[in-house]
Amino acid sequence: MAEIARKVFSKPKSMKDKPFHFCPGCHHGIVHRLVGEAIDTLGIREKTIGVASVGCSVFLYDYFDVDVLEAPHGRAPAEATAIKRVLPDSVVFIYQGDGDLAAIGTAEIIHAANRGENFTVIFINNANYGMTGGQMAPTTLLGMKTATSPYGRDFRREGYPIKMSEIIAQLEGSAFVARGAVNKPANLNKTKKYILKAFEYQIKGMGFSFVEVLSACPTDWGMTPVEACEFIEREMIPYYPLGILKEKKVPDHL
Amino acid sequence: MEEKKIFEKGNIAIAMAAIAAGCKYYFGYPITPQSDIPEYLSRELPRVGGVFLQSESEVAAINMLLGAAATGARVMTSSSGPGISLMQEGISYMAGDELPAVIVNVSRSGPGLGGISPSQGDYFQATRGGGHGDYRTMVLAPHSVQEMWDFTIMAFDLADKYRNPVIILADGMLGQMKEPFVTRMPEPIPYPPKDSWALTGAKGRPGRVIKSLYLGHLELEKHVWKLNEKYERMKKEDTRWEEYMLDDPEIVVVAFGSAARIAKTAVKVARQEGYRVGLLRPITLFPYPYKRIRELSEKVEKFLTVELNAGQMVEDVMIGVGARSKVYFYGRPNGVGSLPTPEEIYNEIIKTLKNEKVPVNEF
Repeated sequence: MAEIARKVFSKPKSMKDKPFHFCPGCHHGIVHRLVGEAIDTLGIREKTIGVASVGCSVFLYDYFDVDVLEAPHGRAPAEATAIKRVLPDSVVFIYQGDGDLAAIGTAEIIHAANRGENFTVIFINNANYGMTGGQMAPTTLLGMKTATSPYGRDFRREGYPIKMSEIIAQLEGSAFVARGAVNKPANLNKTKKYILKAFEYQIKGMGFSFVEVLSACPTDWGMTPVEACEFIEREMIPYYPLGILKEKKVPDHL
Repeated sequence: MEEKKIFEKGNIAIAMAAIAAGCKYYFGYPITPQSDIPEYLSRELPRVGGVFLQSESEVAAINMLLGAAATGARVMTSSSGPGISLMQEGISYMAGDELPAVIVNVSRSGPGLGGISPSQGDYFQATRGGGHGDYRTMVLAPHSVQEMWDFTIMAFDLADKYRNPVIILADGMLGQMKEPFVTRMPEPIPYPPKDSWALTGAKGRPGRVIKSLYLGHLELEKHVWKLNEKYERMKKEDTRWEEYMLDDPEIVVVAFGSAARIAKTAVKVARQEGYRVGLLRPITLFPYPYKRIRELSEKVEKFLTVELNAGQMVEDVMIGVGARSKVYFYGRPNGVGSLPTPEEIYNEIIKTLKNEKVPVNEF
């Protein structure tokens, strides 16, 4: 019988067949998929342990068919540290938003990076607290209006947007640090490579790997999904430049 | 393990017992008066193939505990008052997650930075949950260096039996004093295997989750009632206390930990002098031996509670006693120089017998 239909695109095997709860135009779903593709590509589903954070990404366990631990707000790097120390052969990743990683969990991420913990961090920077309704985050751009910066973020009141990748990259313990975006196919393809590379770094025992992804939150930004992608291109990328910030060539223990 | 009699500090007994109980992972942050524990384990855990990690804060330490416990490993942390306050977030999550671990509070005096002298001011925090939400932790209160050893080993079994954090509530006196103790293995407490829930990588099975978030209709209520069933089981199966010279007493002294240790001498002297006095020493502070206090209150008119605080466990004594007996209180909260002598407690016993003290449960 002649082939009349051929499936050329499906969900990664490491992911569950469950529709995302994310808002239309939200980039979490895309980044989730990139993580799932990396897990499939490397064939590591059976030894991967994910740590979910608090925020829109807390439901990681609903979408990934891997073992998942839910961490308190900001603390995922501490949980991941312990898991990896107890089970050094596992592949551990954490998935944190900007409120989680860059505000309440600043101490945990800095010290995990500084210790060179051998796990992978996916850091979603959408410049606001998505789940709680769009309040100001440490990464909110100057002038950006949010639910708690209704006059626009002013450095005299709220300080400056924090560049976490740059901070992490300058710590001796970090091995791979990159910032990507998924607002257009060219950026998405690069981000996909960064995420894959971050997992590869962990598997090779290179140390702490960190990928920041500039992400859209159209609902809380009050934009259409297309406008949100344009906002990332026009406003976020100039302040948070994309690319690889650091890639160690050999692990420190060699 | 070969039994040996050794002469060491209470803190070291806890650290040694943890290794004897099969705990290979310790995460913690230095704080007086318990730093002997991390110092000992930083030296000894690597020798048994374990991990010692000094965290950046007690907040991180308790979350590392959570992560390690989620893999099914036996894991311990230790701290004191201010550090234990910081750990309350993680303890609440661990109770919600149903994760076993041992948390040692070698308590010091508060509130705030307070001081580094022995205190029992953390009683409410330990026995009432401490963190947010509807949960309990099991609390063991040693009163000797031998019990620092024994209860640490028991605590790991009890944590695994109930899949719940267990707190050892000691204090600076028990942590810092040296006594001879025997490195014996107490009767093991059976616990279920962990392979049905531990996160070890989803090899040949679907992915698992360990979480405390329940947003669905009636989901959280069901979860909280399930947790509560465990707390009810603890009450039935694992309420522990010691009775000392409790034959036909006219007055019962109730005290735990260091206060009980000092009160024992006072009770012994009073007995030698012919006073009908005995000691009830709660060993588990949660679950609390209310039932035994209730039974005693049917025959005994006077209960004297002695604590190294301004009055915390005395509320549990009142719950046990109800309206049947009079409850008296002698407390020495906090601070350098405020540890009572046996003579002081003896005098309080006599004053209580002579009706020179005012009961605290006459409102």
